[in-house]
Amino acid sequence: MKYLMLKHYRGGPTPAHDQPPMDRWTPAEVDAHMQYMSDFADRLRKTGEFVDSQALAERGAFVRADGAGRPPVTDGPFAETKDLIAGWMIIDVDSWERAVELAGELSAAPGAGGEAIDEWLEVRPFLTGVPGQE
Amino acid sequence: MNAALLRELVPAVIGVLVRRGADFASAEDAVQEALIRALDTWPDDPPRDPKGWLVAAAWRRFLDAVRSESARRDREGAVDAEPPPDPVSGADDTLRLYFLCAHPTLPPAAAVALTLRAVGGLTTRQIAEAHLVPEATMAQRISRAKKKLEGLPLHRPGDLATVLRVLYLVFNEGYGGDLDLAAESIRLTRQLAALTDEPEVAGLLALMLLHHARRASRTGPAGRLVPLADQDRGRWDTALIAEGVVVLQAALARDRLGEYQAQAAIAALHADAPTADDTDWPQIVEWYDELLALTGSPVVRLNRAVAVGAADGAHAGLAALAEVGDDVPRRTAVLAWLRERAGELEAAAGLYVEAARAAPSVAERDHLTREAARVRALSGSS
Repeated sequence: MKYLMLKHYRGGPTPAHDQPPMDRWTPAEVDAHMQYMSDFADRLRKTGEFVDSQALAERGAFVRADGAGRPPVTDGPFAETKDLIAGWMIIDVDSWERAVELAGELSAAPGAGGEAIDEWLEVRPFLTGVPGQE
Repeated sequence: MNAALLRELVPAVIGVLVRRGADFASAEDAVQEALIRALDTWPDDPPRDPKGWLVAAAWRRFLDAVRSESARRDREGAVDAEPPPDPVSGADDTLRLYFLCAHPTLPPAAAVALTLRAVGGLTTRQIAEAHLVPEATMAQRISRAKKKLEGLPLHRPGDLATVLRVLYLVFNEGYGGDLDLAAESIRLTRQLAALTDEPEVAGLLALMLLHHARRASRTGPAGRLVPLADQDRGRWDTALIAEGVVVLQAALARDRLGEYQAQAAIAALHADAPTADDTDWPQIVEWYDELLALTGSPVVRLNRAVAVGAADGAHAGLAALAEVGDDVPRRTAVLAWLRERAGELEAAAGLYVEAARAAPSVAERDHLTREAARVRALSGSS
């Protein structure tokens, strides 16, 4: 079963702790955070549960078609109030319980002062391509 | 010599290496490497004795691995380079591999991967592509599975029920990448049926054949799901159905009923109906009663409610459904269908929408959404 663990720049429930933004952390704290993420992914490679991990820039825009022969319309940059995805990790695990366990670990990455940030991650099951039943 | 024939040699070759004293994990690795080499070189330079070639290549690789290992640990000569003569039974080796790869201590995904590699003779890359995960992840999943099996004897029969569950899991994965997992699982079940004398193995084979016979009619353009009642029965594969029925009848004659035989009997009754309206629903309900007695499974109880609804009308179906727990997947879809048949169109439309939201696959979600739209149009509301 594949699950998407979505990390947000903003949006989601109220954070558990007040954390200064990353640009206020010390370089060593930023390194420790990144190292934690990368170690976590490596661990999942070894357990055979890792599928993919990507990070997204904060910039970008909404885009839509505007009728044949006309250029697409863009709406951006994103409003400050908007939910904004920062990146994701895709895992392939045996159960929802395991997905929740792993999201809990990933959420506890160290932040300012070396404290776990306990950020909210959005966990979503993939719809399969297998129809299953008639 | 095509890739399919090559694959069939894999479990026997693993067996040969193990009987020569290799441990299962190393033997399996060595055969996988020899297999990849064979897939690479045989098309241009086919060997006269394919099995002999594979055994020799795999044994060489195994010895290389052992030597570099013992060189590291500074204990040369741990393994005798002279292989003892080959003893007899390759069939028993293959059967034991089925049991080992589907060992109950393995999580299902790991058992599936290991079975496909060691018994099915597929490469790690093919298995990874079929499951849409990176090759490195699949390689780790397989090597962890083998670690878990370390020290388990290869000479003891295991749990047949787990083997059948793993094969059925592979069957239900259907297509992935350029690999037809349904066809592969049928091949492996057919081979297992030839190696054992268990009616349940034949039951599973019959079930797979009968389901597989309907595959072409089960999806429409763009992967659209076609429910059984709407399928073009002219596209069902009559040869597969005939084979499935023969296999099933021989199994049932043994008088040791099991869940796969009962499921196959239900599939056979569907296959036997020239039109959906000709379906012998009362007899299908009887088979569901048997199946329920055998398994006590809530999913069976749910499917039974569908059959009761078709046999005795929507109200009987709803009564049967009342005995099914709220948390059983697809219960809402069944409830929607029964309410529709009871003439409660508006309620049915809402339930189809709810069922679509909970659907586990894209095809089912889209199908249930279309059902909601259809019933809404019938009910005249919007």
